Formats: sequence, structure tokens, C-alpha cells
Amino acid sequence: MSPQLRRRFASTALIVGFFVAWELLCLAFGVKDIVLPRPSQIVITLIQRMPAIWPHALQTLYTTLVGFALGILAGVCLGALIGSSRLAYDVAYPLLVGFSSIPKVAVVPIFVLWFGAGTVPAVLTAMILCVFPIVVNVATGLATTEPELEDVMRALKASKLDILVNVGLPRTMPYFFASLKVAVTQAFVGTVIAETVASNRGIGNLMMIASSSFDVPLVFAGLLVLAALGVVLYVTFSFIEVRVTGWALRKDEFAMG
Amino acid sequence: MMLAPVPAAPARLDAFVELQRVTHTYGRGDKQVHALDTTDLRIDKGDFIALVGPSGCGKSTILKLVTGLINASSGTVLVAGREVGAEPVRVGMAFQNPTLLPWLTLRDNVMLPLKIVAPFRQEYRGKRRTEFRDRIDALLAQVGLAGFADKYPWQLSGGMMQRASLCRALVHEPQLLMLDEPFGALDQFTREELWGIMQDLWMTRRPTVLLVTHDLKEAAYLANRICVMQARPGRIIEESMVAFPRPRTIAMSYDPDFVSLTQRLRELIMSARPARETVP
Repeated sequence: MSPQLRRRFASTALIVGFFVAWELLCLAFGVKDIVLPRPSQIVITLIQRMPAIWPHALQTLYTTLVGFALGILAGVCLGALIGSSRLAYDVAYPLLVGFSSIPKVAVVPIFVLWFGAGTVPAVLTAMILCVFPIVVNVATGLATTEPELEDVMRALKASKLDILVNVGLPRTMPYFFASLKVAVTQAFVGTVIAETVASNRGIGNLMMIASSSFDVPLVFAGLLVLAALGVVLYVTFSFIEVRVTGWALRKDEFAMG
Repeated sequence: MMLAPVPAAPARLDAFVELQRVTHTYGRGDKQVHALDTTDLRIDKGDFIALVGPSGCGKSTILKLVTGLINASSGTVLVAGREVGAEPVRVGMAFQNPTLLPWLTLRDNVMLPLKIVAPFRQEYRGKRRTEFRDRIDALLAQVGLAGFADKYPWQLSGGMMQRASLCRALVHEPQLLMLDEPFGALDQFTREELWGIMQDLWMTRRPTVLLVTHDLKEAAYLANRICVMQARPGRIIEESMVAFPRPRTIAMSYDPDFVSLTQRLRELIMSARPARETVP
């Protein structure tokens, strides 16, 4: 068995083991549904009530992706601006840190105030949660471009745009994609927070309603859906990252393939 | 052997690069560093000049001034008869680090100047890309990198990357070639081999070359003229003509004349070092 295969096997075993242990412990101690449902109950609930859960899952995914897309757009623009010069980087960084350290849950009521309850505040919350990792990474990637590399380009009389397109942006790609993995999970968190606070659709809202009617298996089914969506989004962007910026990992398979 | 210092000659018409009473100071206020004291330097078209001296003597500053990467604090830098930057002169640069782009293959790395510099830039968008490819592959073969064009820089050794970096500096047929210790980080055998390659490239293409180096043997092997510099403040204290016939060989570097030249340069540099730095 190759080391890689063994690693995969071990992590699969850990996941399966976790759920099995959960199931067995609940049975052994006779834990009630209303406190902690067993995984088997959660899965059954999930399957039985799929028609009810499905539109909410789609809504959450939709909100997340729209917020994420806006976050990428805003993040790349801001990051490029801040990373464009050492001065801009030094000047803007403190403000950026200040903004990013605000707990984002706190801004949801403000969005609700401005736009009313519904999809819009959720999209915006997703956006502001995911924008900071992107801004910081893009700006760092651009600002840390080797000065010698820029000298080579400037000696060739390359314009600022030439340098950005040929050196700055490609060099920033690994930072950018690394931030996307984090950002998409953050966007997801933002969506669910906003849905929990002020929305009538989405998994967050579903879980709120389920918990207020003590439908605990449904709450956990929602949690399972969230975990699944989160993993899928993370894996998708990890995959894109490896495909696009394999050079930064310096693996021979990338060069050959 | 002509080793006598060259007397300050009056500016000739065919001077390609000319520094007239140039000084340069980095930073301002308390952190000011006076990198280059009043300096005059003239480089003929197609000449090969080496700048040698201790660290911090302003060698790289001269390089950057001539390239137009920094502006002189006072004095005039003329390239091709006009203020630097005024005349579109093609410049190639190679540094101690290969500074290749890791996300591009060697061929695409070498292609970079052709994507940027006129007139190739326009042609690159046109139909000549395959022609450029062939030219790059030929150039890579000339420096011993045949068959490596599709490799990525990080798959190669330091010496191979440095060869590719030289190709990148030369591919757009620069009129001015700036070499900032390009062989400094290599082992001795690779370095000597690359000297030979560099000499070939210079003899076939005849760019005007300004080489910055710590290595006196390298300077004597490659250059037509060696400018010895002194640190703090940086200035040129002597210029020596190197008249060994070309093509020069490594064997020549064991020649008594060659050895005495490098030895004399060495003593000059040692004696010009600030007293507090000399090891007892």
C-alpha cells in the first residue's frame, strides 16, 4: 500500500469511525433524540424530508456563490489597488485590519435595516466575510513581487500594465487561489449567519425554525447539508487551485501532465 | 601587455554610454547614503566594460543609472547621445539570481522580452511566433540548453537557470547588456564555462556590455576595460585596458601577465578599502 493510499484510507476510517462512535455512544447511554439524534436518525430525516430541505439548500448555495462572486470582484480590485505600491500597502493596511476584525455578525442588522430581510443582506454578509482574505492575499502577492523581477521588466521599458499582466498577476495567483479556499468557506458562514438572523429561506432559516419547534433531527440534517456543501465548495476550489497554480507547488507531475 | 591606466580621454563621438559628473545618493535626511561620488565614465559602442570593487562601492548603482531604473542625483547620464530614457535603447539585464518566472517554461521565459520590447512586440502579436520559437530554441542550444525549452525553471540546476537568464537578457538583441554578477552564485566550473559562452555571444552579437563583478579573473577574462571602484563614497579609482587576444581561454588565465593583472587589481582594491574594515 502506497503512503498516499494509506493516508486516504486512514482519514476515511477516521470519518466513518467518528459517526459509528457517535451512533454507538448514543445507543449505549440512551441519549434522547431531542438532545442529540443518532447519525442514522439524521440521515433518515434527511432522506424523508429531502423535498422540504432541497429548496433551502439551493437557496443557501445560490446566496453563497453570488456573495462569493461579488467578494472576488471587490477583493481583487481592492487587493490590486492596495498591492500596487508599497505606499498604498502601508497606508491601507491598518484600516483593512480594523475592518476585518469587526465581528461580521454585527453588521447583519445594518444590512437588514438598509435592504430589508431576505436574500440581499445574506449575499452582502457572504461578500464582506469573504472579501478580506482575498484582499489581503492579492495585496500581499503583488506587494512582495521580487524587485529584481520588476527591474528586468522596467529595463525592457515595460509599462505598469505589462508588469502587472506578465509578472504581478501570475505571481499572485497562488496567493489568490489559496485565499479562495478560505473565502468560499467564509462566504458560506456569512450566508448562514444572515439567514439565521433575517431571512425566510435557506438552511440557516430552516434550522432556526426546526430548533424553535424542537425538531432536533431536522436541525442536525440541516447541519449535515451545510457540512456537505462546505466540503464540496472547499474541494472544488482546492482542485482549481492545483490545476491553475501547480507551478507554485513545484511538483513534477504538474510539469509533465 | 598594456596595463597602464587610461588617461582621461576627451569624449569621443561614438561613445554609446556616457556618465558626466554623475553622483547618486539614496534616501534622505539621516539615512542618506552617498552611494556614488562624482563619476565620469565613457563606454564605446560594442565595448565590454567590467566594474570591480568591494561591496557597497556603487557598482550596481552605475548599472541602474545607465539602465534608467534610478535617476542621478546630479550630473548627466547619456545613452546613445541623449539623456537616458529619451532614446528607445533595447536593454538586456541579468542578475546574480536568475529571476526566471516559475510559472513559465524556459522558452516562455526567454520569450518575455519579445512580448514586451518594440519592434518584436508588434510582431509577436502578428505571425512570427513560430519564428521566435525557433530563434529561442537556437539560442538555448547555443548556451547548452538544447532540449530543455519545455522544462520549468525549478526543474533545473542553478547553472542551467543562469544560462536561461542570459538567453532572456540577449534574445531581443539588446544594444546594451547589463550584467550584475550573473555568475556569482555558480560553482567554478560552470562559471568558467559560462564565461566562454558569454564571450562567444559577445563576439557574435557585439552588444555594449557593462559587467559588475567581484571576480577579478572574470573581469580580466571577459572585459576590454576594467574600472576599479572604491567604496564610501563609491567612485572609479582606476581604469585598466585588457589587451589579451580573443577568443580568450581559461588556460590564458594562468598566464603570468594575466595573473599579474588580477593581482595588481586586487592590491588596488585592498588598499582602497576603508581602514576600519581591514582585518589585522
